[in-house]
Amino acid sequence: MARKSKYDVVVIGSGPGGLAAAISAKKNGAEDVLIIERDLELGGILQQCIHNGFGLEVLKKDLPGPAYAQLYINEALALGVETLLDTMVLDVSPRRRIYATNKRDGVLDLEAHAIVLAMGCRERTRAQVRLPGTRPAGVYTAGTAQRWVNVEGYMPGKRFVILGSGDIGMIMARRLTFEGAKVERVLEVMPFLTGLMRNYVQCLMDYDIPLQLRHTVKRILGKDRVEAVESVQVDEHWNPIAGTEEIIPCDTLLLSVGLIPENELSRKAGVSLDPITGGPFVNNEFQTSVPGIFSAGNVVHVYDLVDWVTEAGLLAGKSAAAFAQRERESEIRHLPLLPGENVRYVIPHRVDKESLATGDVRLQMRVKQPIEAPVWVEVRSGEKLITRKGEPYVRPGEMVTLVLPSKVYDEVRQARELSLAVVGR
Amino acid sequence: MEEETRVICITCPKGCALDVTREGATVLEIRGGGCKRGQEYVKAELADPRRMVATTVRIRGGLHPLLPVYTAAPFPKGRIADLLAELRTLELRVPVKMGEVVLKNALGTGIDILASRTMTRLKEKNGEM
Ligand SMILES: Cc1cc2nc3c(=O)[nH]c(=O)nc-3n(C[C@H](O)[C@H](O)[C@H](O)COP(=O)(O)OP(=O)(O)OC[C@H]3O[C@@H](n4cnc5c(N)ncnc54)[C@H](O)[C@@H]3O)c2cc1C
Ligand code: SF4
Repeated sequence: MARKSKYDVVVIGSGPGGLAAAISAKKNGAEDVLIIERDLELGGILQQCIHNGFGLEVLKKDLPGPAYAQLYINEALALGVETLLDTMVLDVSPRRRIYATNKRDGVLDLEAHAIVLAMGCRERTRAQVRLPGTRPAGVYTAGTAQRWVNVEGYMPGKRFVILGSGDIGMIMARRLTFEGAKVERVLEVMPFLTGLMRNYVQCLMDYDIPLQLRHTVKRILGKDRVEAVESVQVDEHWNPIAGTEEIIPCDTLLLSVGLIPENELSRKAGVSLDPITGGPFVNNEFQTSVPGIFSAGNVVHVYDLVDWVTEAGLLAGKSAAAFAQRERESEIRHLPLLPGENVRYVIPHRVDKESLATGDVRLQMRVKQPIEAPVWVEVRSGEKLITRKGEPYVRPGEMVTLVLPSKVYDEVRQARELSLAVVGR
Repeated sequence: MEEETRVICITCPKGCALDVTREGATVLEIRGGGCKRGQEYVKAELADPRRMVATTVRIRGGLHPLLPVYTAAPFPKGRIADLLAELRTLELRVPVKMGEVVLKNALGTGIDILASRTMTRLKEKNGEM
């Protein structure tokens, strides 16, 4: 349960990127680490990717998506990473404040020394590929269908056409065949397969599902429900070739036409985005353009192997932990100077304790009320007097200057804050 | 008569194409492939093709109505349809732990079917603690 208001590292999203970041932050010295996830459980998109092939590169294992996720979920929980599920992050500020909402707590307002953005990616939809025709039911993204079939347990149709030869589309073609559906065709506008060859072999070839390259959907037919799609061949400039049209009867069209990093929150946080990847500009520690805000996984660019998402998460989490530690140290090292009795303000607002080790620090202030009699200008740490200076009188119009001498370094080092007061002598 | 075929290795994401010369059922030569595993794969693919199978099984009492499961080892390709039919008859109950055997020695192949994830009673975390 998240009941603290300030965390060392807050990770947004619990896919393989977020889980790895949280684990690595914890292992690299972050004190409290919180994952915020909008879904009811941890694991991200992997929970619906039930097929094998995860972990081949780094773990040297051939695991289904949920098993790959489970390994990291178990590790994160064992390390004491806190989680906040069923909670949507609404806003992140450049000063690392996080606003989130859930049914239990209403609106949550948290602060973090460092943040890791790990919101993953989302699928391109019909609007983004501009498909003409009627707008009947039965047009879905492949990922939506994947969630229905693999997690929630219902079939979106009986006869399918899949647009796009990406891995998700090919894997869904096999999956739907397993569940008794007929996949009539996979259409790909490019002259080459866009997913992995191994998926072509084991998902399409094995089940005699025809793939047509250089083909796309010309229009969708059907009134209330998809009744057919009209496919067409395209030339090298993607222009339809007249006379190559074909009506393919089906009740469902799945779109597997690419993923885009999910960066609404990044934009709100003031993170600059690369127009080519759609993700944040990052340095070699996966830090974004906003100090203390890191990012990992598909939110940065779309990976084709989950192993590299995990690697990126591990690095981002380590960098976030290091940043959080520096922030924490800097909070301890920087002493607030508070205006006390008859002081309107003091400049500077904060003093770096270590600068006293090498020299004096000059403080300047203004009083609230004039005192036309001798006064003490005092610096205290709690009750303890650190230094003071006499003035014959004080007036709001005349700035008062006082030096914090280097010789008080030892006393100041113990202090949590200093207050200034102007009192009668 | 010698016969040329091309087989794509699906052991790793590289997906190398290997060329095979055969005479009847005898493999004479295998060329290409990014690593040694390619040769093994091609021999097995020609003699006894197998695939990893991942699907779902009904489950009661958990967060979702389905539990993802997978074959502990590649399964004979020709028997995948029978395996799916068999798994469709199962109904499990929570709790189930990742790696737990859901169906032992499926269709007498000696291959177990394993749970891909942990699923606990609703309201508990999915971790193994
Ligand atoms: C439909 C689909 C299928 C895929 N299939 C495969 C595959 O078969 N094989 C493969 O290697 N890769 C696949 N990928 C790519 C896959 O996304 C990556 O391999 C990997 O899961 C990315 O991990 P991630 O941690 O970056 O993101 P994700 O796993 O997507 O996790 C992001 C998490 O952030 C959460 N989130 C987002 N916004 C918020 C918010 N505002 N507040 C709180 N939580 C939030 C989401 O709920 C999600 O849980 C697929 C991607 C998609 C979209
Ligand atoms: S031959 Fe080796 S490198 Fe090529 S796909 Fe097979 S396992 Fe991978």
